[in-house]
Amino acid sequence: MTDPRIPVTEDELHAYVDNELPAERRGDVEAWLAAHPEEAARVESWRSMAEVLHARYDTVLDEAVPKRLEIERLVRQPRRWLYGAIAATLVAFVAGGGVGWMARGAAAAPSVFQNFTLDALDAHRLYVVEVRHPVEVPGSERTHLQQWLTKRCGWDVRAPELAAAGLKLVGGRLLPGPSGPASFLMYESASGERFTVYTARAEAETTQMRYAAQGTESALFWADRGVGYVVSGGNDRGRLTQIAQAVYDQMEKNGG
Amino acid sequence: MTAFRQSVEAMIPALRRYARALARDADIADDLVQDTLVRALRSERLFLGGDVRSWLYTILTNLNKNRRRSLARRPQFMPLLDNNPDASGTEAEGRDIARALATLVEEQRAVLLLVMLEGLSYREVADIQGVPIGTVMSRLARARAHVKASIEGERTTLRRVK
Repeated sequence: MTDPRIPVTEDELHAYVDNELPAERRGDVEAWLAAHPEEAARVESWRSMAEVLHARYDTVLDEAVPKRLEIERLVRQPRRWLYGAIAATLVAFVAGGGVGWMARGAAAAPSVFQNFTLDALDAHRLYVVEVRHPVEVPGSERTHLQQWLTKRCGWDVRAPELAAAGLKLVGGRLLPGPSGPASFLMYESASGERFTVYTARAEAETTQMRYAAQGTESALFWADRGVGYVVSGGNDRGRLTQIAQAVYDQMEKNGG
Repeated sequence: MTAFRQSVEAMIPALRRYARALARDADIADDLVQDTLVRALRSERLFLGGDVRSWLYTILTNLNKNRRRSLARRPQFMPLLDNNPDASGTEAEGRDIARALATLVEEQRAVLLLVMLEGLSYREVADIQGVPIGTVMSRLARARAHVKASIEGERTTLRRVK
């Protein structure tokens, strides 16, 4: 038994309502509340606050869980492999013949890019399968697309010309990036293979090009002058390299 | 299904409730839950036992903090006309409390909901927020005072208007 003459503190009142008060002190607090009706009313108001909260939000517990939150589905989905793939298989990228872009800068910590590339590859996977609405602005409005994305992103967004690699611009969209907006451009070949170019503000100023792959998807990513680039596509590394290099060369020409 | 996945799955309804109260918007709330689950499942191998429940609340709380930070410069969306005069008492009360929650600062809202709605202990909330128990208690006290004042203020205003 504690001393009932010890005055009851504000903290104790909260602990009392939340069942955090040591059992031996409960009686004291109850006695004290009986003698202090205003405080008792305040404590009572916290109780009814909890009831109102439950009345308002407990209905969520009875709702059917949306499909997108089903564990089986989330496990089957490919988000997971990326993390492992990037962390475990980050290979210092060896560009066949691309001497100029190999030599750039020291390698930044891969962690800077993990989330970044994850976002880009998620966007890639999400939108490449989209038939009717893969983009917000179609490639036929290239100038408008570039102006819009540049304005929204804050760096010079240009849709590279990849006709030499057999790719046509499908269009682009604005996405939420890791620290602000991100631009997302989609390209398609005559046979329907799709590649995406994702750019967002990167913490690293300049990095080497890096490669992550597993299953049917792969990505090449790098940063240049504070902007990160992720080129995503199928698992043909040679093909992806060719495209990433074309993207890099054009960014270099534009920005340099 | 592994035991780990089962314990994560069992938490989904409660996580959705917490997220709904935290973020107000049902879609944003489920986005938060989805991101929480993805992160949890991704780290399955990193999870070395312990309390899955607290861990999931921690992820969700942090994700919401990051989300709010990135939204900080945008205006807050507050429904202008959700005053349904025919609303029953319970509905009106629920609406008042949702509105009061929205005006709380982030840490206080999280403490209030974790304790009052999710039934977590002060100790668990302290671990989730990475602060001492004393901080949790002062946040809780301030949150309760604010919500109470906000709800009472609301009623006074309404009465005056009528």
